[in-house]
Order: sequence, then C-alpha cells, then structure tokens
Amino acid sequence: MNLESLLAEARKAIETAGDARALDAVRVKFLGKKGALTAVLKDLGRLPPAERPAAGAAINAAKEEVQSAIEARDSALKSAQLAASLESERVDVTLPGRRQSSGGLHPVTLALDRMEAIFAGAGYAVVDGPEIENDYYNFEALNIPEGHPSRAMHDTFYLSDGLVLRTHTSPVQVRVMENQAPPIRVVCPGRVYRRDDVTTRHSPMFHQLEGLVIDEGMTFADLKGTVIDFLQRFFERELRVRFRPSYFPFTEPSAEVDVQCVHCDGDGCRSCGQSGWLEVMGCGMVHPNVLEMSNIDSERYTGFAFGMGVDRLATLLYSVDDLRLFFDNDLRFLRQFN
Amino acid sequence: MKVAESWLREWVNPDVDSQTLAHQLTMAGLAVDAVEPVAPAFAGVVVAEVRTVDAHPDAAKLQVCTVFDGMEEQRVVCGAPNVTAGKRYPFARLGAALPGGLSIRKAKLRGVESHGMLCSEVELGLGDDASGLMELPDDLEVGLDLRRALALDDNVFEIDLTPNRGDCMGIRGVAREVAVCNAIPWQAVDCSAVAPKCKDTFPVRLDDPDGCPRYLGRVIRNVSPGAATPLWMQERLRRSGVRPIDAVVDITNYVMLELGQPMHAFDLNVLKDGIVVRRAGLNETLELLDGRTVELDADTLLITDADGPVAIAGVMGGERSGIQPDTKDVFLECAFFAPAGLFGTARRYGMQTDASQRFERGVDSQLQFAAMERATALLLDIVGGEPGPVVDTVSEAHLPRRHTVSLRHSRLNALVGMDVDAEEVVSILTRLDFSLLETTGNDTHRVWTFGVPSHRFDVEREVDLIEEVVRIHGFDAVPPRLPSTALELSAIPLDRTSRGRIRSMLVDLGYQELVTYSFIDRVLQDLLDPSARAIELTNPLSSEMAVMRTNLLPGLVSALRANEARQQTRVRLFEMGRCFVPNDDVPAQPVRIGGLIAGDRMPLNWSDAATEVDFFDVKGDVERVLAIGGRGPVTFAPLDDPVLHPGQAARVLIDEEVVGRIGRLHPELEARFELRRAAFVFELDVDAVLITERRRASAVSKFPSVRRDIAVLVDRAVPAAALEACVRRAVGGCLVDFRLFDVYHGEGIDSAKKSIALGLTFQDQTRTLTDTDINALVDTAVGALETDLGARLR
Repeated sequence: MNLESLLAEARKAIETAGDARALDAVRVKFLGKKGALTAVLKDLGRLPPAERPAAGAAINAAKEEVQSAIEARDSALKSAQLAASLESERVDVTLPGRRQSSGGLHPVTLALDRMEAIFAGAGYAVVDGPEIENDYYNFEALNIPEGHPSRAMHDTFYLSDGLVLRTHTSPVQVRVMENQAPPIRVVCPGRVYRRDDVTTRHSPMFHQLEGLVIDEGMTFADLKGTVIDFLQRFFERELRVRFRPSYFPFTEPSAEVDVQCVHCDGDGCRSCGQSGWLEVMGCGMVHPNVLEMSNIDSERYTGFAFGMGVDRLATLLYSVDDLRLFFDNDLRFLRQFN
Repeated sequence: MKVAESWLREWVNPDVDSQTLAHQLTMAGLAVDAVEPVAPAFAGVVVAEVRTVDAHPDAAKLQVCTVFDGMEEQRVVCGAPNVTAGKRYPFARLGAALPGGLSIRKAKLRGVESHGMLCSEVELGLGDDASGLMELPDDLEVGLDLRRALALDDNVFEIDLTPNRGDCMGIRGVAREVAVCNAIPWQAVDCSAVAPKCKDTFPVRLDDPDGCPRYLGRVIRNVSPGAATPLWMQERLRRSGVRPIDAVVDITNYVMLELGQPMHAFDLNVLKDGIVVRRAGLNETLELLDGRTVELDADTLLITDADGPVAIAGVMGGERSGIQPDTKDVFLECAFFAPAGLFGTARRYGMQTDASQRFERGVDSQLQFAAMERATALLLDIVGGEPGPVVDTVSEAHLPRRHTVSLRHSRLNALVGMDVDAEEVVSILTRLDFSLLETTGNDTHRVWTFGVPSHRFDVEREVDLIEEVVRIHGFDAVPPRLPSTALELSAIPLDRTSRGRIRSMLVDLGYQELVTYSFIDRVLQDLLDPSARAIELTNPLSSEMAVMRTNLLPGLVSALRANEARQQTRVRLFEMGRCFVPNDDVPAQPVRIGGLIAGDRMPLNWSDAATEVDFFDVKGDVERVLAIGGRGPVTFAPLDDPVLHPGQAARVLIDEEVVGRIGRLHPELEARFELRRAAFVFELDVDAVLITERRRASAVSKFPSVRRDIAVLVDRAVPAAALEACVRRAVGGCLVDFRLFDVYHGEGIDSAKKSIALGLTFQDQTRTLTDTDINALVDTAVGALETDLGARLR
C-alpha cells in the first residue's frame, strides 16, 4: 500500500473517530507497534540505500502528521465532551436558594437596642435590674414616702409581702447610686408595669429606658442638651424639642419633654391632638433627697435623670398606630421588621 | 381639673387670647390638656316664652304653640312632651343656624306652618338630655340671645394638675399663676367677715388633732328651704364638672371650686349634742350621701355626733345629716384635714371626691376663715338666714408650721446652668407670694431668705425655690449644652458575651422574637408549670393577667396558638425575659431565653420534600446557641417533666450544671391547646449562656490525622452519649474528632440491639501515627466499648 493512500485512510479514520476510545483504536491501527505506518517503516530496509533517506523522511512526516491529527482530534473531542457535560449541568439560576427562613427582632427590642447604642456610644453603662421590687426601691428611695400624693400617679400592681411590680426603672438607678460613687453615667432599660387598661396608647406592661448622670457641675442645661441630642439622633431628624415644667418626686426641677410631632412636622394632626407636639419623656435634676438617701453628697454632686417609654417611641419611629400590636405577637406584623 | 375661662378672667384678665393663656399655664407647669368651648357655634337662638299650647289637629304627638320671642308671637309646632304654657325655652328663630349645620326655615308639619323651633339641650349641643325641651329659669329675660343669657361664649380649660400643686385646685390658685406669668395684679373676691345675727353655736371637739388640727363651724338659722341656685352659679358648677344639687350644697361646692377649700353643710337639727372629730371605732358604719352604706376601717377619720358618724372627714358626708329640701338650720363645716391622715381613705372606699382630691394634695392651712366668710355671704344672698359667730376649734401645735427657706444665688445658677438676674429672682418669688425676709452677702455670694406662704406647703428646701424661679423664668431660656466629663473607656469583659449575640443567633436560625406579658392567666400558668405556686397579683387588671409567669412556655405556646389561628403553620419563636420563681424570701427573677418551633423544618421549597421539625431540630438550635460561649462539655440528659413528652425531653447541662431544658410539648397539652402540629420548645438560663470560655490558642499539629470508621452493636437502651464518653475516656488525647454518623435498628440485626457507626479521627502533636499506633488505639476503643457497654464490633 502506498504511503499516500495510507495517509488518506488515516486522516479519514481520525476524522470519523467519535470518541476517545475509537480515536485510540485509530492510533493503534496506524501508529501502534503493529500499526500500518510502523509496518511501512519496518519495510524501509528493503529499499535501495539511496532511496532510504527520502522514503524515511516521508514516512516520518506521515507519522507526525497522523500523530498531530490524532492529538487535534483528541482535543476537539475533549472540549466537545466538556461542553456537553457543562450544558448538562446547567441550572435555572432563578430558582430560589435553599435556606432556613429569616427570623427577626421585636420592634421594641430594635428601638431599645438603638437607644442603648446611642447612649453606650457616649460612655453610658447599660444596667439591668429586678422587675419585682420592694416599696423602698420603687418609692421611698425615690422621695415618694408612704402617703405621698404622687403614689396615686403610679397605678401600681401589688404582690403580697409589700412587694410591687416596679412602676418605672428608677429602682435600678437607686441600686447604682448605692453601689457606685460618682461620676455615674448609666441607662436602665426594661419592663415596667402600671395598672392601665389596654388601649391603643396604653399597656399595663411596657418598656422604659431611664438615664442617670451624676457628676460635679451637672446642670439643667446639660440635661436639656442631652435630651435634645438624643431625640434628634434617635429620630435622625432636627426635631424641635420643648421642656414643660412638671413634677416628679425624684427630680427637681422636673420637666415633661415634648417633641415636634413626627407625623405632621408640628402643624397639628390627629396623632398630636392638633397641638403639634408629642409628649415623649419626663426628666429633671435629681432631687437632693434622693442623692442623700443613697449617701451621695448633694452639695458636691448634682445630676440629671430622664425616662422614656420605649414602646411609645417605637410606635413613632416605625409608624405604628396601635400600641397593642407590640403585644399581640402576630407574626404577620412582626415580620415587617425583619 | 376643669376651669371656666370666664370665671378665671374675673379674677385676672391678661390681655392675651384663650390659646395664649392656655399656653402660658402649660409652660408654667399647669398643663392645659384641652381648651373646649362651652357651647358649639350657633346663632339666632333666644330666650322665649311659650304662651299657649294646643293639640295639633292632625297629629297626636305634636302640639301647636304660641311662642313670644321678645318681639312678636310666633306659631310653632313642637313635638316635645314637656312643652308647657308659661315656661321659657331656647327658641331658634327663622334663619337661626344650629350646630351641625342645621338652619331653621319656615316649615309645614302635618298641614300647620311652624315659624321656628323650640330646642332641647342636644339640639344646641349643651347637654345629653334629648327627652324634651331645655327648660330655662323664669327670671331669664325673654328675647335675650341665649349665648348672652347663659354666657356661652366661654371655654373650659382642662388642666392636668401635678400632685404637688394642691394650691392650684381652685380658681384662686390658677389666677395667681396667671398673674405671675403676666406680671399683673390679680383681684381676689371679697371674703371679709360677715357679722353674726344670732349667737347660736354648735360644740366641736377634736379628738384627733393630727388628722384635723382646725375645724371652723358656723350655725346659720332660718335659711329659706328649697331656694334655687342662681343660674350663673349653676353654670359655673357645670362648667367645672360639678352637678348642681341644692342651693346650700351648691354654695359650698362653689366656694371649694373658687378658693380650693372643701366645705360641708349639715342639717343642724339632725346633729345631736356636738361634733367630735375622731378615728372610727369598731364596727361602725355610715350611710353615705350617694346611698351606699360602708363599714368603716378603724383608722378612718370621721366627723361624728352623739349618734355616731355623720361624715368621712374630707371625703363624703352621710345621708342622715345631709341637707334636705326642708332644711331650715344649717351647720357649716370648714376644716383643715392633714393630707397624711387622709391618704388612701378615698381610694379605700372607692370614692375620689372633689373634696378628697383637694385634701389629699393639701389645702392651704390658713384658708378656712376666708372660705367660711365667703360661703356665709353667698348663703345670705341666695338662701337668706341668720348667721351665728364663726367658732374656731384648733390645735395650733398640730397646724403646719410656717417656715423660711434660704436660696443661694450661686447655687441657683450652678444648678440651672445659666445666670439668672438677682432682681428677676426676687421679683418672681415675691410675685408668687414668697416674702423676702433677709438678704445677705453680695454678688455671687448673695443669699436670700424667704418666708413660704401657707398655700405653698410643697416648698421645703432650696431646690424647691430654684424650681419656682426657673419655671417662671422659663425652661426655654436655659441654653442647652452637652455635659463634658472625663472620657473614660468602656470595660469589655472577656468572659461574657452579650444578650444581643444570643438574640442574633436565634434570629439567624430563623426565630422571630416575641414580647409577651409577664402576668398571665392562672389556668395557663398551672397547665405549663403544674408544681409551681406562681406569685399572684393582689390587684390584677383581669383574670388573664393574674399571676407572674414562672417560665416562658405560656407566652410561647399562646403565641403559637394565636398564630396558628392566623394561618401561620410554620412557626419559630423566641422570647428573652424574666421569669418569677417563688422563693422563701424575695422571688428569684432569672432572665431566660425560650424558644418554640413547630411545622415544617424548612420553608416549602422545590428542592426538599416537606418534613416536620423534630427533637433534633430544636436540639441543634440549642447547641448553636451554647456554642457561642464555647463552654463544655454540653450534655443532654433524659428529663421527666410533666409538660414535656416523656420520651422526648432533656435537661441541658454545661459542665454538669443544669442550664435549661428542651423537648416536645406533652401531647396531652398539644391536644389541650388544640395545636395542629407538634411543638418543640427550649428554655435556657441566659446568665449561664452568657458566660464565655476564655479562648487561648494552642499549636496546630504538623502531623497528619487519620480517620477510622467502626460499627458496633449495642443494646437499644444505651445512649449515644455513653459511647462517646467511653471512647474518649479510653483513647485520650489522640482522639481529635468523634463523629457518630449512623444509627440503625431493624431488619438484619437483633431487635434488642442497634448498630452505631462511629468515625474516629486520631492525631498526635509530636509525630505521625503509624498503622500500628492507629490499630492499637482502635482496639483500645473497641475493647472499652465491649467491656463498658457490652458492645460488639460488627
């Protein structure tokens, strides 16, 4: 068989080899030990010596051609196979990912965390305390002795043995004052209880965050600055804030704090009773009687305290029009905050 | 407290409009919650007299009346049952505009033309009585515009008074504040002494001078029985929220509203022997003016006569001695009751009266004479009579002492954070009736001594004066500033994580946070903690909020139930909060974190078949939470808990200390709560979970690790944890990982046994372990399992 036709046969066989195995068979057939081209090379010795170099070169060229054609075919087959396999692994990228559902924090917790973070950033410590308190911590140490008319302000839940559900988080402040010398900078978050009926604005259980700062030279001006700064940071708005004289037994002077209505920007609407103001917290300079009860020198140290209803501020922050939603625990409501 | 603006302006009339006046009061600390007009807008309504009333020819329920409106007679058809000839009623003339946009036109009613409308209270927005026409007094001038006749162009200020300002529980006190705010004088009513016309007195004895240090009494003979209270007084009472009753009673109420001093009027002829003010004895009762009979507690302060109690002092009078329509002789009481002696009395008997509210806050201890004279003068004007002398029974020693308070200018400025001018300080305090007694020092060392007026019994020390100054000077005037202080850095403990971290973990595990009430239904509490004696509220709002929760399950289970009813079937909930565990002493109040899962393990999806959660889902989540602190070993021990499934409940332990429990809710409870799916719960003590293992690095071994898997047969009852403990104990430190990767029982093995496959990974810090080493270790492990647990290698 002449080399030319052998080469043509090899080219065709390579071209038609459908997979790696067929191609290997072609390689064996032509280039193997007993392959056709190998055989031609073995026959070289039978040629006259003068023809051998030329014939040898031709045979080697043919072998090389076949070899490289096989390699090219092999590579083509491999990439076709890869393409096919990749294609077969194609997924619908728009199908949903595989995952656990997302949970979320309660909006009151979110508001509390936000408040705590604002104060913690300025170096206030966050302090917690018991919710069942005795008369001393809830009332007496706060300048509210037995028979004091302001006890009527706190519609208190009573337990036996002179215990009460705390009506404010102020008892925690008393504990701090008893255990820590000034300077004091704390906020006390937590649940408090008052005997109010459940309405859109009131709940017998709600959350408070109270702050207490005691140091030399603390003034009513410092209190105003702190409260205004807090409210503007909390709402992320330059809201107007006003301080109205009020009365709390444990502070003097005392103030109620109104903030420009967040719903109507102070123009007057249903939420603010057309007044343009929302009452958001109480505050004042710590009463010297309170400092003295906790053995703090009221001449040397002055301080201020403020307390706010977390739930109420959360309703304003998140545009919730009914406080009861916070305690209904309806997942469809709660998931809006996830 | 309701204050009629017109009444207030009679005392002090600053040149400001109603809204400004209200704002001034609010900014002085007397919060005006609302300014309500006394009457809605209407026009064209006059006082008219009905002259004739005839039946309507064609309608049984209508009458045809002749009405004189001051100018001419009008024919008016009227359906009110009380229309009576000769009486006066409000009359809306043709063209009148009534509240609600109604305008009055000529109309034909069943064929009879009507020229105007006679009005009821409701039609004018003046009251709730729609049963008939609003009757007007006979002395009201016919034809007078009704708004003028009744002084309806007036507002009522609703003032939310703070408990320290008892002095403002009367027009007089509010007027004083208005005068101070506007720096103008105010005009007090005449309270000068009324000369006695008879010598009659009635004896009074004070047996409890602590509770009642002063009691003024006055006899007034021969009042005209049944005299009417003048309309102007009735209107002022109504606008103050007090119902007119009887002229004598109305006058005492009027004086109370005006001056702030509650008074009481007795029928003198019913009183026997004399008045004794004393504490109640045993088994005394009193029938009150409101018809109730109360049993009196031993410490209740009473007004009594020889026949027993006639009034609860400062709260309410008794029926027996009350003013009757035919009362001829009156005994007037005007007393000072000490707030401390009265505290809680009104509340205890469930009656907060106008009197008790004032006495509890405190009444001016020098006000009684003025009030007695004012009331006497009004009585003589309205019901006539002959007054006797005022008898003052007093224990001076028990009256509040007048005292003085010093104010340092420097202290004022230091507390407020601004400089208040010295003249301004003195001006404010003297306007408030504090009397400047002495000034010492100068400039910044100035010290003033002020006498405290008797009505400001709330002022006791320097800071009280500072508050007065700054409140009148204006809180707005104080420039806000931020405190400056040493920049101390925060302490961040290495051995504690935060509650926030735990909450975040649960949120990331798909849990939704709840906030549920700490007080719950007794039945629910008992179901979910049968052995606890939960702490009871003595005054709960309702039976659903009656006891303090002892654990978090009631809130979680209730929320699951409520949300199942809202078609939420796949539920993952948690709550962090205090529980209240009864104790011998003060209740323990641990903060716990509890969770509940029910329904499908994963949200419905295209990839996995829907499977419901089981014990190991909740256990896995708890393990994730406990991994935050990294303390160990964490173990789970079978738990017998009445609210949990007996075969799917465990105690959770860290280093052998119990930190919580997990399990499936007991199927009986699931049925009881009508839950649709099995609920798996956990509850952990937050403080235990917060403690964090302090991490310290050790060298990572440079030598390869080798894993060998073995399968052993053990009794079904042998807990998996026992295998791990056994292997760890036997093999020691070379075992760097233990995996239990298969549990099988069923076909092919003894029914009393189970097959457990373990993956043991060995590694040494100092050398490469050889096959021989590994084989020896595996043999040791297997040997221990065989000896300790009766295992057999498969």
